[in-house]
Amino acid sequence: MALEPCTEVPATNIKKSNTDLSVLKERGQREVFCGLTGIVWLHRKMQDAFFLVVGSRTCAHLIQSAAGVMIFAEPRFGTAILGERDLAGLADANEELDRVVDQLLERRPDIGTLFLVGSCPSEVIKLDLAKAAERLNHRFFPKVRILNYSGSGIETTFTQGEDACLGSMVPVLPHSQDEPSLMVVGSLADVVEDQFQRLFDKLGIGPVYFFPPRRAAQLPPIGKGTKLLLAQPFLSDTVRSLISRGATLLPSPYPFGIEGTTAWLKTAADAWNIDHERFEEAIAPQVNRAKIALERYRQALTGRKAFLFPDSQLEIPLARFLSRECGMELVEVGTPYIDRLLMDTEINLLPVGTALSEGQDVEKQLDRCREARPDITVCGLGLANPLEAEGMATKWSIELVFSPIHGYDQAADLAELFARPLERRRRLTV
Amino acid sequence: MELTLWTYEGPPHVGAMRIATGMEGVHYVLHAPQGDTYADLLFTMIERRDRRPPVTYTTFQARDLGGDTAEMVKTSVRDAYERFKPQVMLVGESCTAELIQDQPGSLAKGMKLPIPIVSLELPAYSKKENWGASETLYHLVRTLLLPLVPPPNTHKPKREAHIRPKANIIGPTALGFRCRDDIREVIKLLAEIGVDVNVVAPMGATPDDLLRIPDADFNICLYPEIALTTCNWLQRSFGQPTIKTVPIGVGATRDFIAEIGKVVEIDVSEALKRSQSDTLGNWDVSRLSSANNPNASRLPWYSRSVDSTYLTGKRVFIFGDATHALAAARIATEELGFTLVGIGTYSREFAREVREVAKKHGLEAVISDDYLAVEAKVAEAAPELVLGTQMERHIAKRLGIPCAVISAPIHVQDVPARYSPQMGWEGANVIFDSWVHPLMMGLEEHLIGMFREDFEFAEGHMSHLHTAPSQDSRRESLVTEQAIAATGSSNQAVLTPVAQAVAQTVDGITWSVDGEAELKKIPFFVRGKIKRNTEKFASDHGISTITLETLYEAKAAIGK
Ligand code: SF4
Ligand code: SF4
Repeated sequence: MALEPCTEVPATNIKKSNTDLSVLKERGQREVFCGLTGIVWLHRKMQDAFFLVVGSRTCAHLIQSAAGVMIFAEPRFGTAILGERDLAGLADANEELDRVVDQLLERRPDIGTLFLVGSCPSEVIKLDLAKAAERLNHRFFPKVRILNYSGSGIETTFTQGEDACLGSMVPVLPHSQDEPSLMVVGSLADVVEDQFQRLFDKLGIGPVYFFPPRRAAQLPPIGKGTKLLLAQPFLSDTVRSLISRGATLLPSPYPFGIEGTTAWLKTAADAWNIDHERFEEAIAPQVNRAKIALERYRQALTGRKAFLFPDSQLEIPLARFLSRECGMELVEVGTPYIDRLLMDTEINLLPVGTALSEGQDVEKQLDRCREARPDITVCGLGLANPLEAEGMATKWSIELVFSPIHGYDQAADLAELFARPLERRRRLTV
Repeated sequence: MELTLWTYEGPPHVGAMRIATGMEGVHYVLHAPQGDTYADLLFTMIERRDRRPPVTYTTFQARDLGGDTAEMVKTSVRDAYERFKPQVMLVGESCTAELIQDQPGSLAKGMKLPIPIVSLELPAYSKKENWGASETLYHLVRTLLLPLVPPPNTHKPKREAHIRPKANIIGPTALGFRCRDDIREVIKLLAEIGVDVNVVAPMGATPDDLLRIPDADFNICLYPEIALTTCNWLQRSFGQPTIKTVPIGVGATRDFIAEIGKVVEIDVSEALKRSQSDTLGNWDVSRLSSANNPNASRLPWYSRSVDSTYLTGKRVFIFGDATHALAAARIATEELGFTLVGIGTYSREFAREVREVAKKHGLEAVISDDYLAVEAKVAEAAPELVLGTQMERHIAKRLGIPCAVISAPIHVQDVPARYSPQMGWEGANVIFDSWVHPLMMGLEEHLIGMFREDFEFAEGHMSHLHTAPSQDSRRESLVTEQAIAATGSSNQAVLTPVAQAVAQTVDGITWSVDGEAELKKIPFFVRGKIKRNTEKFASDHGISTITLETLYEAKAAIGK
């Protein structure tokens, strides 16, 4: 289906390749989470960290709802809810924050790193969390390190929360002497991290650091010799600040699917001058295994139409995987925003003429989706059941952020996530 | 600023969404940043609604701040009107928009749309979800009905005796606790006594339906947290009396019928008599099929059956919204024979009522929306059953206590596919089952515990309802109990790291090896109580080491 670009971006380009691709830029109601949601997986990743949102009752309600209402009896996140009194005068709010932090650290003496997370209300009233963090560090560092970032919905969407969180850690990363070293940036499931570590070892690439680390207190070092390989495509600010600390970016497709994973590892291998044969030999067992596993789902998916609503920034790499490795047709690939620095290698791999959209007017997008009747629609939880009720098979995009989907051994799992809703529809007779 | 890990209520605009989503023909334009659209999933995921809530968010961003945002409100209002053609539009803001002061309600009103615009000003920094729902319903009803209010002292013609009285059912919303099924049950109850239903609102109503509210003889305030303000206004403006009893439980259902009988002067004695039929030993042929009598609950009989004997004096802790907590207290004590060891609510607006009930049971009510404070109180009371919300389900799990959910906030499993009302006769049946089953599981677990040595029982084989506390956590809860007893302060008990508490015992009292071994043989669901009793006995008698003998002496002195 051809997309009408909106007036903001005249579609004058005739596109031969995807680098000068015209993108439909939409403004209107967006149906995405704010960056606070990143806390839900970050607190699992860094188990010695606590996330204290400085925000409103809405913010508290959001992370509670996004965290599956209540998965954890004692979560490692909480909210300092602003009240009328705090809005009245700022000095007061700072004292209040200190009091809440005292209360929290007393309750949880195990906290090693405390993130003060800004929200829309705290930004609008200009509560200076950087200052607060500095002040609190004077009192608690080195026992507790206090960092701050904003996950506000006026500044960030969904996965940008992780970008902001990692970004806040960059200035305190220790200086590295390693020449060279690899830093894998973006949180991965521990099991995936281990798989990659084994592959890097086999290839002779190292030392390898993962950022974020499993323990927030064990920060990876950074320096001139650090080469950055991105595991997640939503880390625009983090990458730029890592670069400003001397690191270099290895631009690459992301490690989704067999092709993406190979390209990703190859990027690192080339930087380490690993010869071709050794590389092929190292990855061969995994690749073969993955191919066999993927084939079953490829058959189920091939020729099917997919429509991706904007959500996590994973849409473009996933669309690439779905079209090139699963044989799916892409109706529309929506994404919250496009950072060319991080996305060009992926965009170039999309079929020429793929309908890309950036931002969202959810009502218009729903109209397009209904008209196209895709076989599978990837969307947020707020839209999934209503679309199912209209007879469309959906895949919740949030599951793609929470599940281990990177790397060879997860390639088939990733495809399975898309095949499952179709399989379900096939089975049901009622 | 207030530290919270979980909240019982969302912000007030979520309350407004619950009204809009329950109705037809109403659309809500909400001035809010993009992240606030998460609220949609409460309805589409948790309540499994097949449609999106009728809400359009402006989703402004930082770069829009300073000028653009007011324009965004107008665009959103215009677009939403064009697309959805609602009969009434609600316009409001969330916490962030409140700070940038665009006055979306006035902006929308200035646009001269051909439909009523209800401007919602719901202070997000001082109020919460239920209040927001209540205000929204009130402003909506008031906006539509104000032109119809008769001048003061207008004489209201008396209903003629042969005309059946008509009732409005006020209060059920989207995302309420079992509202969908409760309505059906209440309509059935009313039919039984010859009352017709005029309007049910907000759930399922259109704005036109709201305009018909004054046609009814009286209003049923079904969920006071949401309906009371509106009912009071209707009473003042249209002279419609309010039925205040909420028919949850057998006794309350009888009272509900009686109250309606009195208010609208109809004879309900037959209905009341029928509702008694199963209970009082007046067994006769006419009641042979009483088990199938839809106009009576099985609860009274089930409660009397010998199998229920073990429910006697079960220690129960209740927490929820005020309506459900109050109803639960009455059912638990009068209809199931439990002992109330704690009661509380997060509905501050109804604190007085809950305090009164607590006092009747010699307790102090927990009026709080602080999850941590509630957790501390539950630990302190050491109940055998918790009746609460989604939050207490977690508290209970942590403490290894069975739990049933009786009130919002809820999770997807609290929106069952089957018919499971809380109100009326069938509601009482549902309540019997859903409160007693977790306890049955408790019994089952005890048996499993007794046979634990048997090789057929794999380690960790426990009830399917909740994972039983592991050896470790069992030890932990024992220690927690000790800590509670030791400090006398629940707060500290919960907050004190477990390791620290190990050394502490009550007034330096310790358990001998044989005493502790004997204690472990006691079924776990009474073990806590026996342990506490024994320690108290020991300290009263200046005994410093509790032996096997002490245990039995205490038992003889105190009783079970
Ligand atoms: S996705 Fe749905 S079922 Fe799962 S935790 Fe969230 S609300 Fe509950
Ligand atoms: S969008 Fe803003 S106000 Fe809303 S939950 Fe996110 S940070 Fe809080």
